Amino acid sequence: MPDDVTGAGTLVEAPARPGVAVRLVELRRSFGPVVALDGLSLEIVPGELVALLGPSGCGKTTALRALAGLQELDSGQVFVDGRDITRVSAHRRGMGMVFQAYSLFPNMTARENVAYGLRLRRVPAAQRRKRAGELLDLVGLASHAGHYPDQLSGGQQQRVALARALAIQPKVLLLDEPLSALDAKVRAQLRDEIRAVQREVGTTTLFVTHDQEEALAMADRVGVMSAGRLQQIASPVELYERPRTAFVAEFVGLTNRLAGTAGGGSVQLLGARVPLLPGSVESGPVTVLVRPESLLVTPAEPDAAERAAGRVLAATFLGALCRVRVRLDDGTVLLAQVSSVDVTQLAPGTPVRVGVRPAPVLAIAGSA
Amino acid sequence: MRARAAIRWSILVVVGIYLLLPILAMVEFSTRGAGSSRTLAAWRAIGTDADLVSAITVSVELALLTVAGTLLLLVPTMTWVQLRVPRMRRLVEFICLLPLTIPAIVIVVGIAPIYAWVNYLLGDSPLTLTFVYIVLVLPYAYRAIAAGLSGVDIVTLAEAARSLGASWRQVLLRIVIPNIRGGIISAAVISVALVLGEFTIASLLNFNTLQVVINLLGKRDAAVSVAVSVAALVFAFLLLLVLAQVAPRRRGAGMAEVEDA
Repeated sequence: MPDDVTGAGTLVEAPARPGVAVRLVELRRSFGPVVALDGLSLEIVPGELVALLGPSGCGKTTALRALAGLQELDSGQVFVDGRDITRVSAHRRGMGMVFQAYSLFPNMTARENVAYGLRLRRVPAAQRRKRAGELLDLVGLASHAGHYPDQLSGGQQQRVALARALAIQPKVLLLDEPLSALDAKVRAQLRDEIRAVQREVGTTTLFVTHDQEEALAMADRVGVMSAGRLQQIASPVELYERPRTAFVAEFVGLTNRLAGTAGGGSVQLLGARVPLLPGSVESGPVTVLVRPESLLVTPAEPDAAERAAGRVLAATFLGALCRVRVRLDDGTVLLAQVSSVDVTQLAPGTPVRVGVRPAPVLAIAGSA
Repeated sequence: MRARAAIRWSILVVVGIYLLLPILAMVEFSTRGAGSSRTLAAWRAIGTDADLVSAITVSVELALLTVAGTLLLLVPTMTWVQLRVPRMRRLVEFICLLPLTIPAIVIVVGIAPIYAWVNYLLGDSPLTLTFVYIVLVLPYAYRAIAAGLSGVDIVTLAEAARSLGASWRQVLLRIVIPNIRGGIISAAVISVALVLGEFTIASLLNFNTLQVVINLLGKRDAAVSVAVSVAALVFAFLLLLVLAQVAPRRRGAGMAEVEDA
């Protein structure tokens, strides 16, 4: 009997398996002419939750499936806890996985689903039942233990799937867009629950999503992927505030493209000099990527004459914040984010001045 | 609403009469005695005619062997194709449906030389008909199992089971088969019905199965022949009834009734 499932302590109170390190080295995989993984390398430290974020077809799910052993690789290596598991069969890898599609076994109750992995490991029935009960309690579904999947809602099914994945005390927890089939309210709730459970059990987790809000809210680090490659991996704050490439800047959050002139580590933009982020083009005419919240929009007043002039095209109320669309006199259209308190002065047609906060920006080659 | 219910009931009654009338006529014919009297002599003869009892035994054994052979062949193959080589699905489907397009007489002509070898190697037991019957029921069993497989996301379920540590054998036995039980039962029912009703191939290959013996009896004693036919129908009906009880039923509330907690 494997020692990873036989401890007397509960999974919840005392995690028997602290997180382990994961290392993906130069993973390559093509499907005919389509390159899904183009030399992807990634390291995850023990207990960390890393999200892979990217558009459809960027290779994020292929990477997760390669780690699970469900996807064969053309080349590359997968290390878990320092051991090369590239050639190890999926059922011997000890990964817990929650899928995008509902994946509970329809012929088993919630409890039987959770206990299934333990049953495969020949854990005694009484112990299986106890652990399944604990895990269901952890995901708030202890009262649904006897329900079959078709008696559970989508959110409940994904909670049971999470409990089932955790029941085997996996080396790594793999989440393949587990929230994408759920409605917005349940998704937000379950997102927080998954994060809380992951923190509690301390399992190293790889989470795949195309939803940037989900990735930024849940992950310790977010890796942005494009065309089978990792564009940047960083903490959510760093990724948002210090994107290394135009793709990352534009994929994560909203971005305006503005023309500017770079030189001396900064760029002249909307009447101000703004510092440049590392990786920027550092001289000459550039396109500057600016977040909506970095723009300052005020009604046109003489003391703001150094800023660019324009007119409000539209204002969208979003609760505490508003998005204001402004057309500058040179024809450039910008999206700015302002407080809802200020938006009363920014009705469509209002002449305004637009400036920029002195936060570092990314400048790329080419015209806006 | 009331008019619609009346139409529904009318259709049901007409169809019921259409289906039951021939059976009632057969029962009436098989119980006809001398003059206008009634007798169960033909029905009693079913158990006493040695040829008939032997043929019934052979046909039931053939049905069981065919069902077992077909399921053993098809379920793992179709599951494997769906999970591992989905691009082969069209080819497998084409091969499995092929017997549907070939008349039984053509099959017999084609396999007669093969059966000479089968008889030489395995003896001339009528149970060797199992091989050709498996081919015969292949299209129907394939469709039934394919319907079962398409009803569940077998790929995701198998991957979930694999990630939890299940071997391919455990995936098949614990995950796939329980979840396509309806399709498997349908395949079994169709196979049994086909084997119990098959005449052409058995007759031309000179094996005495139930239908062949019924045909021979019909020439000798029509009443017994008809009684056996009715009994076979009743047996098939009872079999369907039993299998319907075994088939999975939807449990509890549907998703529409469940709200997210």
